[in-house]
Amino acid sequence: MSGTDLWTLLVIVGLTATTVIARCFFFLSNKEWPLPAWAGRGLQYAPIAALGAVIAPELAFSGGQFSLSWTDARVWAALAAAAFVFWRKHTGYAMPGAIAVGMAIYLPLHLALGW
Amino acid sequence: MAGVSVGLTAWAFMTGVAMINSGMSTVEALAMTLLVFAGSAQLATIPLIAGAAPMWVILATAMCVNLRFVVFSLHLRQYFIYMPRLKRLVLGYSTGDLTYVLFVKRFPKSPVTEQARRAQLAYLWGGNSINWVFWQSASIAGIFLGSAIPPGWGLAFAATLALLALTCALATTWLRGLAAVLAGIVACLTYTLPLRLNIVVGIAVAVAVCMLLEPKKKDVSTPLRSK
Repeated sequence: MSGTDLWTLLVIVGLTATTVIARCFFFLSNKEWPLPAWAGRGLQYAPIAALGAVIAPELAFSGGQFSLSWTDARVWAALAAAAFVFWRKHTGYAMPGAIAVGMAIYLPLHLALGW
Repeated sequence: MAGVSVGLTAWAFMTGVAMINSGMSTVEALAMTLLVFAGSAQLATIPLIAGAAPMWVILATAMCVNLRFVVFSLHLRQYFIYMPRLKRLVLGYSTGDLTYVLFVKRFPKSPVTEQARRAQLAYLWGGNSINWVFWQSASIAGIFLGSAIPPGWGLAFAATLALLALTCALATTWLRGLAAVLAGIVACLTYTLPLRLNIVVGIAVAVAVCMLLEPKKKDVSTPLRSK
C-alpha cells in the first residue's frame, strides 16, 4: 500500500466528472438536441469495446510480457466464467456466479500447480 | 430481486478489494468509491491508475465504459426536464444501472400530473438511497477486508473476471461480441505502444469496424439522387 498522492486524487475528481457527464448527458442543457445517427450507432459498440480492450491485455500479458499459454490459470478461469454467463444469462446471479466459478478454477490451479 | 442484490453487493465488494489491491491508499480508495460511484468504470480504470497511464487515457476509457449511461440519459430526459438543473444533475448522478432499469419498468411513461411527478420522484429517491447504502457499505467492506487478504492468492484477478462477466452480459448481438473480441485483439497487438494508447486504438478500431459491418438500414427520408 502506498501513500495518498495528488495525481490519483485529481484522476478521481476527473472520473467523478465523467460519471456526472455520462449519467446526465441529455439533460445537462435545457435545450433539446437530437443525437446524430452515427453517434447512436457508435454508442452500441463503444462500452463493450472499452471493456474488451482493458481485459484482453490483463489476461494475455504478465509483467509486461506476452504470457498466454495453456498452463495459465487465468485462461481457464476466464473461459469458465464466460461460459457461465452465457449459460445463466437471464438470471440475477449470472455475474457473481461467473466470478465464483472463475475463482474456483483459478485458485487451485494458481496456488497448487503454480500456473 | 434477491439475486440482483447479491450481485450488487458482490460487485461492490470486489470493486473495493480491487482498489486496495492495486496499491491505492485507503483514503484514495474511499474517495474513489464515494465520489466516482460507478463500479464498472472504476474496475476498468484501476489497472490504468496503477500503471500511471496519462489522465486523458484514463478518463477516455471511463467515458467509453460509461457511454451506456448516455443512452439512459436520453431516455430519462423526458422524466427529469421539468426540474431545476441542479436537482436534475443530483438525481442523474445517483441513478445507476439497477435503479434506472427498475424505474423505467415501474413507470413506462413520463409524468404529466403533479401527483405522478411526486410518485415517480419518491420511487426513484427511495431506490437510489437503498442502492447507494448497499453499494457503499459493500465497497467499503471490500476496501478494509481486501488489505487483510494476502496478495499472493491473486484475488485481484476476481476484478478482471468481474469485468469479463459484464462484457459477456453486454454481448447481446453478434456485432457487439465482435466489438469486444476485436478491441481485445487490437489492444494486445498494439501493447507496446506508449501511454496505454493500445486501449484507445483497440476501442477506435473495434467501433469503426462494427459500424462498417452493420447492416445498412434503408433510409426513406433522403432518397438517392439520380445522377
